[in-house]
Amino acid sequence: MLKVENVSKSYIGHVALDNVSLNVPEGSVYGLLGPNGAGKTTLIRIVNHITAPDSGVVYFNGHQLNANDVYDIGYLPEERGLYKKMKVGEQAVFFARLKGLSRYEATIRLKEWFDRFGILDWWDRKVEELSKGMAQKVQFIITVLHRPRLLIFDEPFSGFDPINAKLLKDEILRLRDMGSTIIFSTHNMSSVEEICDHITLINKSKNILSGSVDEIRNNYVRNKYVLTFDGDGNQLLDDLSPLLIGQRTLTEMDNGRVSAMIKVAPNSSLRDVISIANERVVLRSINEAIPSMNDIFIEAVQSSNS
Amino acid sequence: MSKIGIVINREYKERVTKKSFIISTILLPLLMIVLMAAPALLMTYSTSESKTIMVVDNSNVIAGNLQNTDEVTYVITNEPVDSLLADKSIDAVLIIDQDIVNKPSGLSLYTNEASSMNIESNIRSQVEATIEQERLKQYDIENLDKILEEVKANVSMQTYRNDKEDGNKASSSELSYIIGLLMDMLLYFFLMLYGQMVMTSIIEEKNNRVLEIMVSSIKPAQLMLGKIVGIGLVAVTQVLIWAVLISICSGVLLPALMPADVMNEVTAYSAGTIDITTATNDIDMLHIISVLSNVGYILTLFAYLLLFLVGGFLFYAALYAAIGSAVDNIQDAGQFQGIVLTPVIIGFVLSTSIVADPNSTLATVMSMIPFTSPMIMMSRIPFGIASWEIVVSLVILYASFFGMVWVSAKIYRVGIFMYGKKPTIKEIIRWVKYK
Repeated sequence: MLKVENVSKSYIGHVALDNVSLNVPEGSVYGLLGPNGAGKTTLIRIVNHITAPDSGVVYFNGHQLNANDVYDIGYLPEERGLYKKMKVGEQAVFFARLKGLSRYEATIRLKEWFDRFGILDWWDRKVEELSKGMAQKVQFIITVLHRPRLLIFDEPFSGFDPINAKLLKDEILRLRDMGSTIIFSTHNMSSVEEICDHITLINKSKNILSGSVDEIRNNYVRNKYVLTFDGDGNQLLDDLSPLLIGQRTLTEMDNGRVSAMIKVAPNSSLRDVISIANERVVLRSINEAIPSMNDIFIEAVQSSNS
Repeated sequence: MSKIGIVINREYKERVTKKSFIISTILLPLLMIVLMAAPALLMTYSTSESKTIMVVDNSNVIAGNLQNTDEVTYVITNEPVDSLLADKSIDAVLIIDQDIVNKPSGLSLYTNEASSMNIESNIRSQVEATIEQERLKQYDIENLDKILEEVKANVSMQTYRNDKEDGNKASSSELSYIIGLLMDMLLYFFLMLYGQMVMTSIIEEKNNRVLEIMVSSIKPAQLMLGKIVGIGLVAVTQVLIWAVLISICSGVLLPALMPADVMNEVTAYSAGTIDITTATNDIDMLHIISVLSNVGYILTLFAYLLLFLVGGFLFYAALYAAIGSAVDNIQDAGQFQGIVLTPVIIGFVLSTSIVADPNSTLATVMSMIPFTSPMIMMSRIPFGIASWEIVVSLVILYASFFGMVWVSAKIYRVGIFMYGKKPTIKEIIRWVKYK
C-alpha cells in the first residue's frame, strides 16, 4: 500500500530522516512511534506530499507518490485548527471540496457523519463556539470524509475524554474494516497495543524497530521470565548468573515471597535455570514475561541511544 | 472548480460579507463626496454677513473712491474718532491719515470683531489703487483716464495639451495635482490595508494551525496565491463600487446641485464655445466643475487606478505573504514590515514632489521600478503621460509580481511550519534555496 524506501531529509544543521524505509501493508493499522523530535512528522509530511525528500522514494499503491495521491490520503495533524469565524458545516464542505468532492456530495456525506456523531445541531454554528472536543470531532470527519484509502492520524486521541476516545477508536477500526489503511502516529503505547497490528519505531531520525506487533513482542518476550519463590533472591541470582544475560530485577512481594525477572542467555536453557532454582529456593511459579509496548518502546529507544 | 478557485472563493466570500466591509465601502465614498462637495457648495451659496466700516478720511482723497462690495459697506463720516471707537456696535473704523498719498503706511483699521482676510485685502487693494491713481495724476498726463482704461488688461490663461490627439481639451495643472494626490492616497490606502490583510490572515492561519490541515489538500504555493487573489478581488470589488458611486455623483449629483447658470457655462466651457469675456463665473471654477462632472474622465482614471492597484497589490501582497508566513505574531512582523513599508512610503512622499514636475527623469525612473511605480504613476497619469510609459510600467510591475510570488512561495512553504523563534533575514534567504 505504502512503501517508503531509503528516505532521507535534512534541514540546516539537523538531519530529520536518515535512510528510513518502511512498508505499510494494505488494510493494516500501522503505528508510527518515536519520541518527540524523532522525525515522525517529517516522514508524514513527505507521505502527504507536503515536503519532498532529499533522497529516497515513496511508493503509493504501487506507483511513485504524486500530487494527485492527496485525494486518496486523509491526514489529521497533531496540531490542528479550523477557521474560527466560519460556520461548521460551510467549513467542512470547504475542506471536502479541496479533497475533490462536489458540494452536493460533500453535504450529503457530512450530514450523515454529523448525525452519527450527534453534532448535526452544530452545522450552522461558528467554529469559535465549539468546545475543543467538538472541534476535534469535526476535524476527524473532515479527515475521513472523502473515503481515502490511506488515513494518517497524528495523536488522534489527545484532548478527548475516554468516552469520545472510545467512539473515535471504534470509528477508526470501522474504517479499517471498510478497507482503509491507517497510519497511526502516537506516544500513547496502550492505544498502540489495542489497535495497531504493525509498528515502526523511529528514534533520532532512524528506523530502529519495524514489524508486526506480535512479532516484535515475541522477539522481546524471548527468554524473559518471572519467577516467584520463597527464599534468598540475591543468592539465587548469583548462582544463576552464568546462565543469564541482561538486566535482572528482584522484588519483595507483600506476601513475603520474592519475584525475580530474568533473561536467559540464548545458549543456555530454561530447564537448567529451573533445576538450579529448585535446589536453592521453593519455587511457586514461573511465567514468561510479556512486555508491554511501553517497555519495548523505552528499551529500544534507550539501547539505540547508547 | 480548481483548488485555487475554491480557496479564492472562500477568502472572497468571507470578506465581502463582513459588516465592516459593507460599511466602509458605502460610507467612505460618501464622506469623500461630502468633503469634495462642501467647498464647491460653500463657494456657490455662501452669503457671508456684510460688514459696515466707518471711514474717517483725513486726506479727503480716498473715501470717495471706496466701492461697496457684497461683504463691505463703507460709510464716510465726520464724527470724532473717539466717539466712533467708543461705540462697540460699529463693525470697524478705518482711519486714513492726511498725507496718505505720500505716506502709504498711514492707514489704520479698528475692529470690534476679528477682521477677515477678505476685508483687509479689499481695503488694501482699493486704497492702493486710489493712491496709485492720485500719484499718476500728479504727473499731469493728458487723457489719463483714457490711457488707464486702455492699458487695463484682464489676463486669463488656458493651458492646452499639444501632444495629445484630442489636444483641444484644456488641462489645468492644479486640478491634475489634486486628482493625482487623491488617486495616490487611495492607492496607498489600498496597498497598505489589503497587503496587511494578507499578512495578518496568514499569521492567523498559522497560529490556529488551520494551515496544517490545509496543506495536506493543497500545495502551499496554491494556497498562498489563492489567498492573495481572493483578497485582491475584495479590493477590486471595493474600487468598482466606489467608481460607480463617484460616477453617479459626478454625472448626476454634481450637475443637479450646481445652479443652472453655472452648469450652462460649464457645458459651454466643455464644448469649447464659451466666450471668456462674457462669462460670469470664474473660468478656473468652470474648469474644475467640467472635469469633475466628466464621467468618462473619472472612469478612465479609475481604470488606471485598477490596473496599478491590482499590479501593486499583487506585488506587495506576495511580499506580505512571505512575511506573514515567516513570523508567529504581528509584533515580530514589525521589523520585516519595514522592508515593505519603506518603498511604499518613499513612493507616496516622492509622488507629492513629482507632481510638481511630472516628466522629470526621477519621475520616469521611479515609474518603472515596481516598488514605487504604482504610486508614482498614479500621481502622474492625471497630467497625461505617454501611453508607452504606462504600458512599460505595467508590464514590469506584473512581471515582477510573478518573480516575487516565486520567491515568496518558497519562503511561505518553509515559513508556515516554523514556529517559535523569529527567523533572521539570513535564514529566510536560506529557505528560498531549499529543495
